[in-house]
Order: sequence, then C-alpha cells, then structure tokens
Amino acid sequence: MAHLEITQLTKRYGAFVALEQIDLAVERGEFLVLLGPSGCGKTTLLRAIAGLERQDSGRIVHAGRDISQLSPALRDYGIVFQSYALFPNLSVADNVAYGLNSRRADRRLIHNRVEEMLELVGLPGSQPKYPAQLSGGQQQRVALARALATSPDLLLLDEPLSALDAIERVRLRSEIRSLQNRLGVTTIMVTHDQEEALAMADRIVVMRGGRIQQIGGPQEIYRAPGNDFVADFIGRGNLLDATGAGPQHVRIGDLLLRCAAPAGEGSHQRFYVRPEDIRLHDTLDQGENSFYAHVVKCEFLGAYSLVTLQAATGDGRPLVAQFSSNYLCGREIRPGATLRVGIPAEHLRPLPEAA
Amino acid sequence: MNLKHIVRSLAVAGFALAAALPAHADKTVLNVYTALETDQLKAYQEAFNKSHPDIEIKWTRDSTGIITAKLLAEKAKPAADVIMGVAASSMVVFDREKMLQPYAPANLKALNPRFRSAGATPTWVGMDVWGAAICYNVAEMQKQGLPRIESWKDLLKPEFKGKIVMPNPNSSGTGFLDVTAWLQMFGEKAGWDYMDKLHENIAVYTHSGSKPCVMAGAGEFPVGIAFEYRANTVRAKGAPIDIIFPKEGLGWDMESIAIVKGTAKLEAAKKLSDWATTREANELYAKNFAVVAMPGIATRLKYVPADYEQRLVKNDFEWMGKNRDAILAEWQKRYSTKSEPKK
Amino acid sequence: MKVAGLSTLPPGRRATFSERLGGPLLLLAAVALAIFLLLPLGALLLGAIRDDAGAFGLARFAEFAATPGMATAVWNTLWVALAVTAITVPLAFVYAYAIERACLPLRGLWRIIGLSALLGPSLVGAIAFIQWFGTQGVLKAWLGETSVYGPVGIVMATVYASFPHALMILVVALATADGRLYEAADALSASRWRKFVTVTLPGARYGLISAALVVFAYSVSEFGIPKVIGGNFQVLAVEIYVQVVGQHNFGRGAVVALLLLLPVLLAFVIDWHLQRRQQSGLTARAVPYRPRPDWRRDLPLLFYCLLLTTAMLGVLGMAAYTSLVRFWPYNLELSLDHYVYGLAEAGVLDAWLNSLRIAGLTALLGTPFVFFTAWLLEKGQGGPAGLRPLVRALAALPMGVPGLVLGIGYILFFNGPDNPLNGLYHTLTIMVIATIVHFYTPCHLTAVTALKGIDREFEAVSASLKVSPFVTLWRVTLPVCLPAVLEIARYLFINAMTTVSALVFLYSPETLPASVAILNLDEAGELGPAAAMATLIVLTSATISLLYSLVTHLLFRRHQAWRQGQR
Repeated sequence: MAHLEITQLTKRYGAFVALEQIDLAVERGEFLVLLGPSGCGKTTLLRAIAGLERQDSGRIVHAGRDISQLSPALRDYGIVFQSYALFPNLSVADNVAYGLNSRRADRRLIHNRVEEMLELVGLPGSQPKYPAQLSGGQQQRVALARALATSPDLLLLDEPLSALDAIERVRLRSEIRSLQNRLGVTTIMVTHDQEEALAMADRIVVMRGGRIQQIGGPQEIYRAPGNDFVADFIGRGNLLDATGAGPQHVRIGDLLLRCAAPAGEGSHQRFYVRPEDIRLHDTLDQGENSFYAHVVKCEFLGAYSLVTLQAATGDGRPLVAQFSSNYLCGREIRPGATLRVGIPAEHLRPLPEAA
Repeated sequence: MNLKHIVRSLAVAGFALAAALPAHADKTVLNVYTALETDQLKAYQEAFNKSHPDIEIKWTRDSTGIITAKLLAEKAKPAADVIMGVAASSMVVFDREKMLQPYAPANLKALNPRFRSAGATPTWVGMDVWGAAICYNVAEMQKQGLPRIESWKDLLKPEFKGKIVMPNPNSSGTGFLDVTAWLQMFGEKAGWDYMDKLHENIAVYTHSGSKPCVMAGAGEFPVGIAFEYRANTVRAKGAPIDIIFPKEGLGWDMESIAIVKGTAKLEAAKKLSDWATTREANELYAKNFAVVAMPGIATRLKYVPADYEQRLVKNDFEWMGKNRDAILAEWQKRYSTKSEPKK
Repeated sequence: MKVAGLSTLPPGRRATFSERLGGPLLLLAAVALAIFLLLPLGALLLGAIRDDAGAFGLARFAEFAATPGMATAVWNTLWVALAVTAITVPLAFVYAYAIERACLPLRGLWRIIGLSALLGPSLVGAIAFIQWFGTQGVLKAWLGETSVYGPVGIVMATVYASFPHALMILVVALATADGRLYEAADALSASRWRKFVTVTLPGARYGLISAALVVFAYSVSEFGIPKVIGGNFQVLAVEIYVQVVGQHNFGRGAVVALLLLLPVLLAFVIDWHLQRRQQSGLTARAVPYRPRPDWRRDLPLLFYCLLLTTAMLGVLGMAAYTSLVRFWPYNLELSLDHYVYGLAEAGVLDAWLNSLRIAGLTALLGTPFVFFTAWLLEKGQGGPAGLRPLVRALAALPMGVPGLVLGIGYILFFNGPDNPLNGLYHTLTIMVIATIVHFYTPCHLTAVTALKGIDREFEAVSASLKVSPFVTLWRVTLPVCLPAVLEIARYLFINAMTTVSALVFLYSPETLPASVAILNLDEAGELGPAAAMATLIVLTSATISLLYSLVTHLLFRRHQAWRQGQR
C-alpha cells in the first residue's frame, strides 16, 4: 500500500464539482506536485488531505491510518501557504517553535531545534527578528522551518513560491527540492506554474475541472501528454491532423512525413510536436521530414526565438517553432522569409483522440 | 504594553467596579414608591433611619402621574411595599382597586381627622397639603409690560399668549390638582371652558410640577402655574418672582402614605407608617409645607401667606379619584396637540 | 524530537476537544444574542398584536390610529427627520470634503472637533440651544418670533447631535478616492465643478446615501432632544416615552415602537444592500488621491470649518458655562454650586458613578464577547448548518433597532412575571446587556474587519502544528487585533456613558445613569445641574478617548518591529 492513498475522493460546492472521484497514491519520500489552472481542484485536494476541507465521499489513508474523518489537528503533516501565514507578533524563533511549545518539551531542546531548523533553511541567527523585517523569500523559509520543526510525516506546500519575485522563486525552489531530498519527507505541493512543477516534482498530477488528467514524471508528462489539455497546459505545442499513408508514414496536408509509430493506411491520427523539436535546416537541405515554411512572425526572447511559421500542413494552422539563440548563431529570421524546417520522426508524437 | 498586563489591569479595574456596587448588609429593604421632591427625600430618610437603622429604604421616585401609572401597571405583582408622598387623589384610585392594606398608625389620633381615608381603619393617611400657586417673574413683567395677576381669570388675558407654563396633569400631580380645582370651583362646563381659553395662552405643558416655577424663575416664561413648596424654594434661591395665590381659591392635594396590600415586609412597612405620623416627621413636613397633618406644628413659610389654609378650595378626593381617568382622558383629547392651536 | 502526540488520543475520536468546542460556543453566543435581542423584539411584536385580554388582533393599531394627534405625531416625526437629514448631510459632506480633499492646516483638530458631539449625550445640544436661543438666550433675536421650543429647536439640536455620525461615514467615503480618476479628469482639462460632479459625487454616492439613512434613522428614534427642547411638539419617540414611562401603557408603547422600528429597519436594510454593492466597486489597483494646495478651494473651506467648529464649541461651551453660572440669567457669577449642591448634595452624583460602572462593565464584558463571537464566526468551525448566517444576521440587526425600541422590548420581555430572567429587570446587569446589544453592530464590524485583515491560514497552520485554536487566539490573533479590541472598548464605553434611549426604560433608582439623570433634572427645570452632569459626561468621555489615543500610541511604538503598515 502506498504511503498516502486517496480513493474516490469527491467534493462539491453546491452545483460546482471541486473534486470528482479522485484516486491517487503517493509513495513514501516522494515529491508530488499537483498542477493545473485555477479552479482545477488542486488546492481543494491539498486541503482535503490536510483536513481543512471535508470531502463529501471517498477515503484518505495515511500511513495505514484512515484519516478521512479526522480533524486537521489529528492528522500528521506540516503545511506552508502562499501567504507564509507567519505570526507577525512572534519572533522568528517563536514562530519556528510554535508547534514545539505546546508539547511542553524542554526549553533547551526547543532552542536547539529552532537553531537546527533555521540552519537547515539557511537563516541561521535570525531568531530574534520579526517576520515583517524579513524578505518574502526569507519569510517562506521560516514558514518551512516552522512546518518541519515538528518532524511531520507529510509536508504540504500550497503554492509556496507564488508570492515571491522571479529570482527568489527559482532560488527557493531548488532549495526546497534539495531539502526534501535530504530529509526524505513525503511532500505534496500545489502549483499552477508548469515550469516549477517540472523542475521540482518526482511525479506530477495534472488536474482540470476536479479530475486528474495525467499522472507521471516530468519527462513523461512533457514528452507524452496524455491528452490535449495536458499537451496544451504543459509547455507549447503544435497539434497536427494526419492520415496514415503506408507503414510508418503519414500525410499532413501536402506533407508526407515518416513517424516512429506504425500508422494504419487511411486512418486518422493526431500528432503533437514541441516547438523546440522543430529543426532548422539549410535552405537546400532535403533531409528526411523536412519542408519549406514561411515566417509569419518572429519574437526574439533572449535565450531563444519563437518563430511562427506557415507550412503546407493542410488546415492553415500556423506552426510554432523555437530556435535557441545559440543554435541560430546570429542568423536573422525575418517575417516573409522562407525556411527549410524539419520534424524528426521520433518527435512526431501520437496524441490520443480528443475526448 | 504586554497583552497580559493589559488584561490583568482590566480585570483589576473590573473587580474594583464590581466592588463599588452597592453592598447589601443584613437590613430589611423596603421598596417605597414616592412622588416627593428629590430634595425632601434625603431628610426624611435620614430622620427615619435614626430611629430605625435596620430598615433600608429604596426609593422609586417619579412624578405623581408616572408613579400612579406604575403602581397600577404593577397591580398584579406589586414591587412596592409602601407608597409615601403620593397624592390622596391617587390613593383613592388605589383604594378602589383594593391595592392598599388598612392600617392605623400609632399616632393616628394625634392627626387632624381630615388627614385620613374614611372607614374604621384608614387605608391611607395624609402627611401634608400641597396646593396651587402661581410664580410670576417680576423682572420679566416689568420688561415686557405684562399686567398684574390676581385671579385665575387674569391668566386668560391676551397679553399672556405664549407666556404661561403649566404642568401636564397626566404626569404631574400638581397639574391634576389645578385641573380638578378649576372643575370643582367653576363647575364642569365652565371649568373646561376656562381651560380651553387658558390653553390658548400656554407656551408649554411640562411633565413635572416643579418645572413651571423654575422656568418662570429663570425668566424663560414669565408665568408658571406651580405649587407653593417649589415657589418658595425658587424664590429663596433668589429668583425675581412673586408668588401669587389666585383669589378664586387654590387647588390642593394631600401627600399621603399607605401600605401596599400583600407586602412581605409588613412589619417594616408599619414602622415607616408609624414614623410618618410622628411629631418629628410632621416637623420635617412643616419645613416644606404650610399645612401638615398634625395640628399646631405648621410654621409659616417665608413666602407663603399666613392664611394660606383658608384659601384652599373645598376638595372631594373621592370625586377626584373616581373621575381621574375620565378627566385625564378628556384633557388629553382637548390639549395634547398643542402644536396645532385650535382656531 | 518526534513526539507521539497522536497515539495518545483514544481511537475513534475525530477532532480534538478544543476543535470541537468552537461550534457549541458559537451556538451559545447565538442563543445569548437571541435571548437579548430577538426575544425582546418578539415580545414587542406580541405586545402590539395582543390586546389586554390576550386575544390576537390589530385592535391596538386601530386604537392608535384613532387617538387624536397621532397622525400629527407621525407627520411631525417624518418631516423633522427629513429636514434634519437635508441639513446635516450637506453640512457634514462639505466638512468631510474639507478634511479629506483640501489642504487645510490642523486637519486632525478639525476632525476631532467635528466629532466632539459624540462625547456627550444628545441632550447637551438641546440644553445648549435653549440657553443660546431660549427666551433669555443671547441669540434669541436670530430666531425672530419663532420659539426655540418646538421644531426649530429639535431640528437644530438633532443636526448637532447627528452631525458626527454623518461625518464619520462621509470622511471614510471621501478618503477612499481613486486618484487615477482625477488625473484622467485633469488630463481632459475638466473644470473644477465638472470634476466634482462627475468624479467626487459619484465616488461618494454610497457614503451620501448611507449618511442620509443613518441621520434619518437617528432623528426618527431620538427622543431626548424633543423631550427637552420640543415643547409641545409631538413626535413618535416622545409618545413612546409618555405611553410607557408616563402611563405604563406597554401595549400602546409597543405599537408606537413597531412604527418606529419599521422605517429604521428598512433604512438599514437598504444601506446594507448598498454597502455590499459598493465593496465590489473598489479595486485594489486604485491609487490614493492626494489633494494639492489650492487657496481658492482651501480658504473658503478653512473658513467653513472655522465657522462650524465655532458653532460646535459654542454648544459644548454653553453647556459648560450653564453648569457654572450661579443663577441664569439674573446672577451670572461663576461658581461650582450646580456641581456641589445640584449634584453632589442632591445625591445625583451617584448617577455619574452608576454611568461609570455601566460604561466600565459594558466595555469590560462587551468587548470580549463581541470579539470572541466574531472570532468564532470568522475563524472557527463546526456548529449546525445555518448557524453562521444566523449569527451574522443577529450581529447586523441591532443597527436597525432604535435603542428606544430595544428598551421597550426589554421591559415587555424581562418584566413578564413568567420569565425566568425576570430577576434581571431593573438591575445594572440588564442595563449593561442592553447597552452591549444596542451598540453591537459597529463593534462586531470592527472586530470582523480586523479578523479578516489577518492571514486566514493562521488556524490551519496551528492545527497542523497541533496547537489548540484557543492558544493561537490568545498568542497571535488577539495581540495582532489589539488596536481593534481597544477601539471596541472605547466605543462601548463612550456610548454607554452617553446613551439615553434604551436605558431610560430599564433603570431603577439605584441604577439611574447620568444621561437619564440629565433628562430628569431637566424635567424638574434644573437646567444648571443638568448642564453640570452633561459636562461631567463630556469630560469623562474625553478622558477615555485621550487614554485610548495614548494607549494605542504606546502600543504602536512598542510593537514597531512588527506592527508595520497596520495603522
């Protein structure tokens, strides 16, 4: 049995379905990320695990104990919120020790534990400060220290990085990840930021409309999205409608492309291509799966450029390609130019028919 | 400022407040309803407690009309043990409602026989007489060139329009004794006619019997229809007023005492009733009123004439009590909407 | 370090004891509010629709309608309230505009004086206006032939007394302007008047409506003022007093009270709806508007403020002067006679002590109750479904119930011989409870606003740390909300000190409060001692306000490290 096992969890607010028959198993020591747009139910799921929302039906079993009906205080977890939720009138030390005091542990022990936790999150010596005197990132570190101080069996993170600025966010996310690795505490994090999810998760649960869309490792989710929504939500992508044209070949508009998967003759198929998988060829290079395309628009974004292309894909939908600046070596791409581009067969990924 | 300190000091303050609440010793507490003037209560209570320190009087004081209404409203479950210093005309009403406990106080025989209810054992006993008087501000009279006042009828002169204040009989016992006196003196029809005309000149009807004279004293309105005790004190304070006793005769009522039937503190109530008929008590009444229950005690008040008693009208308390409701209702109907003078 | 706190719990338990306590406690608070608010109002309704024999019907209403002069009283009440509203709201609006939208020197001072009428009972104005404009008044000539005793006096004194209530609302309405709109108007080179009409007025319209409703309700339910200065001008509020206190006709009183309750309640329901609509209109992106000095606007406004503050200080000053003059108007020597002989010797000074006690207990008991209930409501969990909306409604209701109406409801309910709470009648306790209930809504809103202002996850965090919610309330929520708590205490104290309306029906001779004593002294014609008592109340309230400012100031200085941006 998994460390945390959720079965058939359902939660409604009036007519609105927040969670619909969620089944989810979290392994011990895993870093699981719940990802989805706002209103997808990810936060509700986290709060249900925390006991802050009570499900209408379904079961939550944590470490072999059915906690479905238990109040938050009877469950075993630490939690960190987007707003930090630090007690403004208590010093950093008192905040971290908040969960320790009530257990009447020895003062000395508490003192040491606070010191240890603050070192762990990289804020040694900040005990006497008040939260208002810290930066957002520092406050979130304190919140993390507070949540971990009682050595909970489960760490719940509710959009912990959303309130931080971009640089702080990136720094803290790797710190949290390495901290989690070191402590080995089972962690569930909620985020709407796919990059954050990809960077931190062992496994990602993509949610939408109260349902789980796909569960998988970051690579898997990115490379092989289970459906249109996941494909669309995680990174950018191009959707291509194709017809089977002999073994391992498909016709997309006027283009005949080889694909890795076998394609039935005449069958309708859908493929999915990541922008960075579109290659730029020399104009005269007639390599496999290459074709001409007109540049409609080019956005230079520093490390890479996003190029909107028009090719003979049949349905008139533009193709978005991403070329890294490194790769372009200063080559300028102007709207109206014609490029020779190609899609390697292994990057032409089949996508299930839309539901 | 630490929260604990704040809470602690608040708690201390709270206890201090609670401790400051009146402490109740082992005394018999007597609930006495009264219409006596506030400035008289204290002296009476002190004198009574000198001889009866074990009885604590809790006064409920209001104007006659209000105390009367209150007692009637509480008829089913009376809160009062004794009614003291309330108009005899109201006592008659209580008596008719069988609310009073018959009792003959120790000194009953020493009192003027007019100062008691009829029957073998009186249900109420009179203390003193208070009667009508007019306070006339002389300073304002001269300033505004107003005519002299000698009779009730003088008040109808058009010069007095908006210059006269009188107590509302519905709340004030003084107001009621004025109204009943006019009705008894002039006769029912002529009495109401008189009031109709007087109404044209009234500036304000007050709720207390004292206020008209005080207002006259302050020159707010030059003429106040009042009673002699208040007139005397206002004058004594230095107000430029003449106290006028209209020649037709003065309405009056009797402050009296009675025990409420069914009181749980009958013994204490009897003691107060006994004390109220003593010479000592009558001497105290005499400081405020020209006519008291015990003959031969009355001392002349400085601003009240010696023949005051002879000027009082013939009063029929039974009639007053019996017709109290009807008179008040009629008055209310005629004059309660002063804001729109009838054309 | 891992402590096995979980295994010690008996199996089968689904929540800790303190977690399960919230629901029942909130239920208890709801029951208390129901007993001391709903049931008295119910008794009032019952009293109005039941005749003396106990049969149900509208007989009392018919009887009321047939009473001569009642139509006049209803009409008088209505037009006086409309006149007061029409005068007070524009006066207060310009004053608030001067404070918030102009660059005046001594802005804080104008504000304090503008609110000064709150420090005393409403009767202060009535007494002062009698002295200024009465027969012997210095300014009598201003009124010509009209007597101050009547609608003129009522309107003047009510405008004075209701002014700060309107001012508070309008200051808030004008303080929350979006500066971007003015910049846009400037960019379009709109004229001063156009800016005022197209930006300022629409921005403050909810505040204006709200102020108008509050002033209207105030005027309709105020009875001390017409009683003191109204002469024989009949209004409904005085009619209630006469019926209930004067004639002990509780049934009739109940009918008139219901007549008063309905328009006031309606006004507050309308206001409540408007407030809800207003909230959605404000965006977080708004930039606060900062006025720039402009003498053509500031100078007239400064003059206006000077004029009004002079008038307001004139009212308070006249009350104080009256209390010191030996025998108005014939002996203007100053003395403390009214304090010594009029109050202390006459035994009326006890009333002031009573008021201190009532105000102290109201603040001491009311503040924790209000705050704790608001906390249970906002931060707690549990309790039967519908409990929270019920408590919210109960907390909002007192705003729409005039004190007078509440007082009669209390008499009818607690004086009933069958009521087990009958023993409370006439006690200090019932007066304290009535005062807390009467002023509940603003206190509740202050507490809720403060609680909503703090992070909503505190309770979730402490639950995850296995800390009882009550510990978190004590260690975190309460200290953070301390300024609001003190504000509630101050508000309750001052209002308990100055209120007349509910208490006038509930006091006994031993519990006579100072504000009612003023009424009684005035009724006996003792204007000097009445003014002395009023002055004492104003001084007491001012002292408490000063103390409050001092304590909050110290609090913010001491907690500078963490109370940033809270002010």
